[in-house]
Amino acid sequence: MKILVCISQVPDTTTKISFTPDGKALNSAGVTFIINPYDELALTKALELKEAAGSGSVTAITVGDASTEPNIRKALAIGADDAVRIDAQPLDAFQVASLIAEYARDKGFDLIFTGRESIDFNGGQVGGMIAELLDWPSVNVINSIVFNGNKATIERDIDGGREVVELETPMVVSAQKELTEPRIPNMRGIMAARTKPLAVLAPSNNELLTEVNTLTLPPAKGGCKFVDPSNVQELVNLLHNEAKII
Amino acid sequence: MSVLVYAENAGGLFKKATFEAITYAFDIAGGTPVTAVAIGPASNEELQALGQFGAARVLHIADSSFQNFDARVYARIISDAAAQVNATKVVLANTYSGKSLAPRVAVRLKAGLVPAAVDLPAANGIKRTVYSNKGFADTIAKTSVQVISLTTNAYKVEGGKPNAVVEVFSASVSAADYKIRTIEVKKVTGKIPLTEAEVVVSGGRGLKGPENWHLIENLAETLGAATACSKPVSDMHWRTHDEHVGQTGITIKPNLYIAVGISGAIQHLAGVSGSKVIVAINTDKEAPFFKIADYGIVGDAFEVLPQLNNAIKALKAAN
Ligand SMILES: Cc1cc2nc3c(=O)[nH]c(=O)nc-3n(C[C@H](O)[C@H](O)[C@H](O)COP(=O)(O)OP(=O)(O)OC[C@H]3O[C@@H](n4cnc5c(N)ncnc54)[C@H](O)[C@@H]3O)c2cc1C
Ligand SMILES: Nc1ncnc2c1ncn2[C@@H]1O[C@H](COP(=O)(O)O)[C@@H](O)[C@H]1O
Repeated sequence: MKILVCISQVPDTTTKISFTPDGKALNSAGVTFIINPYDELALTKALELKEAAGSGSVTAITVGDASTEPNIRKALAIGADDAVRIDAQPLDAFQVASLIAEYARDKGFDLIFTGRESIDFNGGQVGGMIAELLDWPSVNVINSIVFNGNKATIERDIDGGREVVELETPMVVSAQKELTEPRIPNMRGIMAARTKPLAVLAPSNNELLTEVNTLTLPPAKGGCKFVDPSNVQELVNLLHNEAKII
Repeated sequence: MSVLVYAENAGGLFKKATFEAITYAFDIAGGTPVTAVAIGPASNEELQALGQFGAARVLHIADSSFQNFDARVYARIISDAAAQVNATKVVLANTYSGKSLAPRVAVRLKAGLVPAAVDLPAANGIKRTVYSNKGFADTIAKTSVQVISLTTNAYKVEGGKPNAVVEVFSASVSAADYKIRTIEVKKVTGKIPLTEAEVVVSGGRGLKGPENWHLIENLAETLGAATACSKPVSDMHWRTHDEHVGQTGITIKPNLYIAVGISGAIQHLAGVSGSKVIVAINTDKEAPFFKIADYGIVGDAFEVLPQLNNAIKALKAAN
């Protein structure tokens, strides 16, 4: 089983988000960047699938500048066999998807794994775009995946429930939390990661279809109105008459 | 110029998210025609009624072989429909299906995609949520055709327009194009889906154990609300994982979010801070949730919840 896992680097989940004064970028001073949590799950599941199949390889790929290397090394330490970094600033989902699809096109991957969304731009776009660029089927937000030869049985979330589907490789799937528990790199993994191959490739093109004009913070809340616990009726009145929500 | 909107249905019935998408499509069309495309069996009345939200025409694929979802097949149908009506904008609801389809449709049409849109297009672009609801990005699609997927509960449904003209549509795909076989669909019945709920009652570790969840469920029932929980609650299997909201769970945007016994960690807030009105109930007056709540009660959930439930019951009975 030959698997490609797409890794994006995002601000740590505890980051207090702020933007540069021109509203064009994240204020990255003091921000720790991590592997997108869903991508960590995708990577772990990919390793489990390779192990279950008894053979194959797991390649981690990221589109990003040199600052992403510690995280791509971490992916190697967790267990990826090799890694690829496409040396471009990721600015648009189509740009990222095109670069990954072009890389993957003739390499014989059975499975491309993404996260359900990146926790910075939250678009959940890249996986579907890769699939369409390659004309492969895609299954989003999966909870479980089991292979029998080249046939996968997948359970995924749908609106108001769950669905079980079957399909054959190649395919693109996106990971969410229930899929597995993320692996933590151990000392041996960290040592091994130093010598595993990490290819840095120049971008084949850099076409952007969208552009972020301004980043803004949500408007500040007006402050909390406190209601005495002995007067719950007051809360109901406020929700009914003031907020007009019940 | 015209606008195409994907009218998602479940078993032939259209949902609020679809009505929101059509209303939005109508409002951005500026008088140019709005066409909806619907896939799979649905009654003529249901289809015509889509007009009430602003779709003058409905292109309908009635063939039941298209009933099951395959993102690749559906994206082709939607793109074919967009080409047929010369759409310059394609609108989808940002549901699970919408999220699978929008990127594929965008690639097929070579269109810029604005996902998770929360407002109408403005000079700065279209406002969408980023950084797990901690920010917004005004995004500009630089292409002549644009795809917009609209966050659910972000745009108000407006009906009252005339019925639509329904036309049979045939796309360039057939059942033979399916690569995905649907084996089983497990619909959660009798429960309001969290992602669609207008009111959500949510419990955290402060509830002490699963045996106390009737307090949350009773209030939810009175309010016609969905139930949710914090991550530790689902990790400890007090509740199922599909109720877990937050950074690593589901993101929701209800009109009212009632957080009971939840501290308000930044990762939890990431999933719920887009709610219009937030009520926090917590014994600790320093709980971070009160910083973003609109209304708060510093008190014991075990005392407050039954009283709140009774008071709301009384209000509902009186109205
Ligand atoms: C990478 C990462 C991702 C995460 N993702 C998520 C996520 O998606 N969603 C999420 O929820 N968390 C997430 N977390 C965990 C998060 O940091 C918090 O630990 C979690 O939200 C706390 O849950 P809680 O508020 O239920 O529990 P606690 O923090 O234990 O809070 C319990 C609260 O209940 C109050 N309380 C106690 N007794 C009562 C009573 N009788 N009546 C009323 N109030 C009472 C207490 O004062 C306290 O505020 C994530 C953490 C990490 C590191
Ligand atoms: N710069 C990137 N490099 C590699 N993979 C990415 C990148 N950005 C996004 N992805 C992948 O696409 C998924 C969805 O991202 P997004 O469309 O940004 O929400 C992520 O979970 C990653 O798996």
